Amino acid sequence: MKIDEALEIVSQTDSGMVRSHNEDSVACEPSCGLVVLADGMGGYNAGEVASGMAVSVVATEIKQRLLNESPTDIVEASGEELGVLLLRENIQKANSSIFHASQSQPQYAGMGTTIVSGLFYDNRVVAAHIGDSRMYRLRGDALETITRDHSLLQEQIDAGIISVEDARISKNKNLVTRAVGIDAEVEVEVHVHDVLVDDIYLLCSDGLNDMATDEDIQSTLVAFRSNLTLAAGQLIQLANDNGGRDNIAVILVKVKGKFAMPRGWLTKLIDYFKK
Amino acid sequence: MAAKLILSMDGAVIKEYPLNKERMTIGRKPHNDIAIDNLAVSGEHAAIVTILNDSFLEDLDSTNGLEVNGTPTKKHFLQNNDVIGIGKYKLKYINDQVTQSTPADFEKTMVLRNPVKQAPPAASKPAEPSGFAQTQGNVNKPAAAPSADVTSKIEAIKPAAQGGAPSQVAVVQVLTGPNAGKELELTKNLTTLGKPGVQVAVLTRRPHGFFITHVEGASHPTVNGTQLSDQPHQLNDHDVIELAGVKMEFYYKG
Repeated sequence: MKIDEALEIVSQTDSGMVRSHNEDSVACEPSCGLVVLADGMGGYNAGEVASGMAVSVVATEIKQRLLNESPTDIVEASGEELGVLLLRENIQKANSSIFHASQSQPQYAGMGTTIVSGLFYDNRVVAAHIGDSRMYRLRGDALETITRDHSLLQEQIDAGIISVEDARISKNKNLVTRAVGIDAEVEVEVHVHDVLVDDIYLLCSDGLNDMATDEDIQSTLVAFRSNLTLAAGQLIQLANDNGGRDNIAVILVKVKGKFAMPRGWLTKLIDYFKK
Repeated sequence: MAAKLILSMDGAVIKEYPLNKERMTIGRKPHNDIAIDNLAVSGEHAAIVTILNDSFLEDLDSTNGLEVNGTPTKKHFLQNNDVIGIGKYKLKYINDQVTQSTPADFEKTMVLRNPVKQAPPAASKPAEPSGFAQTQGNVNKPAAAPSADVTSKIEAIKPAAQGGAPSQVAVVQVLTGPNAGKELELTKNLTTLGKPGVQVAVLTRRPHGFFITHVEGASHPTVNGTQLSDQPHQLNDHDVIELAGVKMEFYYKG
């Protein structure tokens, strides 16, 4: 199956119940199986600028490169797949663009953004993130977080200082330890996961997972799994019903079929004639 | 600004201690930050570790132990107004930051920067990201403490989300078909009705009532004879839902 037929992608954002403007940005490129979500921070409208820059750099650059190249190509210099490299390099590119804008223009000083991005190809997803925007995976009825927040709270959980239950009532929420555009360089966390048919991937900003428990997110995805548009709306409503203190952005990706890259010469030939 | 402890005995306040150090000790010996000269108190009795706005109480293997709000404890994540009991002494923990910040400071996501640039904390390298939720409680902890030595002033705080729900119990009773008479109490936030692949609707509990939403199936369910649109529809007491040929009544109990 071609990638745009194998995946169903829905995105929605909402400014929430308290904030007047929305600093979250999303971009989806179904033709190359790419989804990007960013949650900006910084005074006035700088947060929107930072998250907008991040998603547009990543989305347009990767889409452009994948027009003529395959994400499974091995890059000689590093031995990595092009898909992995593109995601990492373009997030770093977004980082330097935002950093330079914030250095050169006083109204953007100190702006930054989180980012979470997924590139789907060859029955896999490359998940890259910085900060506390997350990617979840619903497989069967089980919901799992497949990114790990770069936040103070997550570090405390890892160090055994605070339990997962106590973390929910901590006053140290919203403190990220890594962000895009704050320093001249940034380390991107990238992992590759195998994808199964019927998996649902959820990318979200902390406006969702701070307001709704993982159990509520799981039951919403299970109940509305056959209708992604309703599921996205329902998740946003869930966060707003619980207070909606922050902007909420969600992207849902449902895997409807396999999307292996053609490998043998015969499949490649058939594929060629299909075009 | 900072959280504090108020030391008292028999209701009489003795002294206030601001929690202005990352680690403060409580004990009988004079070198403790909070020194209590009483034989029931161990030399080094307890420690309080403060990380930004969160404080944790820890028993340092004291002879007579610690109580928090009357319950013996070894380790405790302190919450505003908790009362720590050491012998006859009480230490009340006050952290009312929520009321002291302006609303504009709420919820802002901020970046914690490591004082040493480009030095990623050891804890941020997950061994196996897909399975970490299960292993968080392990003894296998990274040795590095989190980067708590933050110099910037941080006021991002958040009260726990208040998930309000209607207190009345709502019920769906089946009126027709083989299951006629059966009652289903809507105790969960989401209840799925119907058959997957044929016709499915979801009942959602929200702060201001229950809603029905058509999720899948060629035909939409009806409420009191009117077909539902694609939007959620609020249910009123004694509404009759028809779904996949089965009629059922929605009502509030009691």
